[in-house]
Amino acid sequence: METTEERSANALVKIRDLRFSRGPRVIFDGVDLDIPRGRVTAIMGPSGSGKTTLLRLIGGQLRPQSGTIEVDGQQVPLLRHRALYELRKRMGMLFQSGALLTDLSVFDNVAFPLREHSRLSESMVRDLVLMKLQAVGLRGARDMMPSELSGGMARRVALARAIALDPMMIMYDEPFTGLDPISMGAAVQLIRLLNDALGLTSIIVSHDVQETTAISDYMYVIADGKVIGHGTPAALGRSNSEWVEQFMKGLPDGPVPFHYPAPEYLDDLLAGA
Amino acid sequence: MLNMVQQLGRFGLGFLERLGRAFLFLLQTVAGLPNLLPRPGLVIAQVYSTGVLSLLIIVVSGLFVGMVLGLQGYNTLVKFNAEESLGVVVALSLVRELGPVISALLFAGRAGSALTAEIGLMKATEQLSGMEMMAVDPVKRIIAPRFIGGVISLPLLAAIFSMVGVFGGYFVGVTLLGVDSGAFWSQMQAKVSFHEDIVNGVIKSVVFAIVVTWIAVFEGYDAVPTSEGVSRATTRTVVYASLAVLALDFLLTALMFREG
Repeated sequence: METTEERSANALVKIRDLRFSRGPRVIFDGVDLDIPRGRVTAIMGPSGSGKTTLLRLIGGQLRPQSGTIEVDGQQVPLLRHRALYELRKRMGMLFQSGALLTDLSVFDNVAFPLREHSRLSESMVRDLVLMKLQAVGLRGARDMMPSELSGGMARRVALARAIALDPMMIMYDEPFTGLDPISMGAAVQLIRLLNDALGLTSIIVSHDVQETTAISDYMYVIADGKVIGHGTPAALGRSNSEWVEQFMKGLPDGPVPFHYPAPEYLDDLLAGA
Repeated sequence: MLNMVQQLGRFGLGFLERLGRAFLFLLQTVAGLPNLLPRPGLVIAQVYSTGVLSLLIIVVSGLFVGMVLGLQGYNTLVKFNAEESLGVVVALSLVRELGPVISALLFAGRAGSALTAEIGLMKATEQLSGMEMMAVDPVKRIIAPRFIGGVISLPLLAAIFSMVGVFGGYFVGVTLLGVDSGAFWSQMQAKVSFHEDIVNGVIKSVVFAIVVTWIAVFEGYDAVPTSEGVSRATTRTVVYASLAVLALDFLLTALMFREG
């Protein structure tokens, strides 16, 4: 077992005392996170706990009110436009919807970052695109339009596009949501495989406990704007925190109440009378 | 009462804040234009979709507006035995006013609304966000070519509108009502000044093009990313662009055409 200091020294992404709120709603209230290089790290938490927001903060699309976010030694919130865009070339992000460009074919979608950022010849672009599509198993779908793809296929195309520029890390936003069991299995395998084969650092944001524990090396659980538990999947499974237990086992009631905060039921009913 | 004052204040502040955002957005867009020089294909595609695809509505409208001008002009002029001046009336009305204004209004409805809806939907489906994360600036890649495409298209459309309108007026005045063809053209040639009338008309349509396209791309980019938000943004584009065109037209006319 490595110590916290070792983990921190080897981290690609370091987040310290992150505070972020949208209007009056506090989303993060002092979050500390380390994403180690070369590993698959999962960030879990119930829906609405700001997991996607966290990825947008790491990607520099949002700026925190306070706290630091360091990616590969650079302070993301302080970067100027040009430096931020340079950094983003080395980050891939997989959106839940895929976010494919709807007026381009599968091939052109994967070629898009290559054509925007490099001066490679068309034949080189073609080879690279076919290699990326082969990696996600969709070389045969290159001429399809995004509207013809199933949800699982769209996400795989988006994954091929995200690895087109050979990034150092890749962020997955809810990669398992809404997939059928076969696509789900393929997604789980792909994330692990790509991480190890390409030497990536992967961040998975998800609320699917089973799939995520199966492939991640380290996990963080966030709720109410704070990290409430972290450790390897096995360690978290044995956690004696009530909160973590409720989340990992999917219990309907616990520290997170079944009922959204509301006035007393009886008073509420009588109030309308 | 106090509540009303508060609401008025909030509305005013919100309006000013949005105006400020729109100006900053315009600056960003203009700053993105030099990036398009090595990639003319992006702009040509936009000139096609905003310009070429608007041709039908522009040509048909221009023809009918010109025909109506011919008819109305003839009915008035004939009372003063001045029907030979019909060519001047038709051409001046079109080149100075109706060409730039009506094409801008049609352009706002045909191309402006389409731009807003397209950009708004790209935002709602996270395509713009996705582009940002691929280190491609959507303002440079998506907004700038659409903006310059619109700014190129509309003045050309306005010129085509005026030209077709003149032929519409000729058809009604000369072919149907019997005005002398030579008088129609020679009077027009003598009385329509290139500097006074045509250049000012072109300046008008360039101003309208900038304003309409700016409103359209900004509303799309600033849209609330839901289906309702995009629908509202599209409506706002048509309403704001039309109002802006009409108000600016008055202002420009007052500045440009002063007798003496």
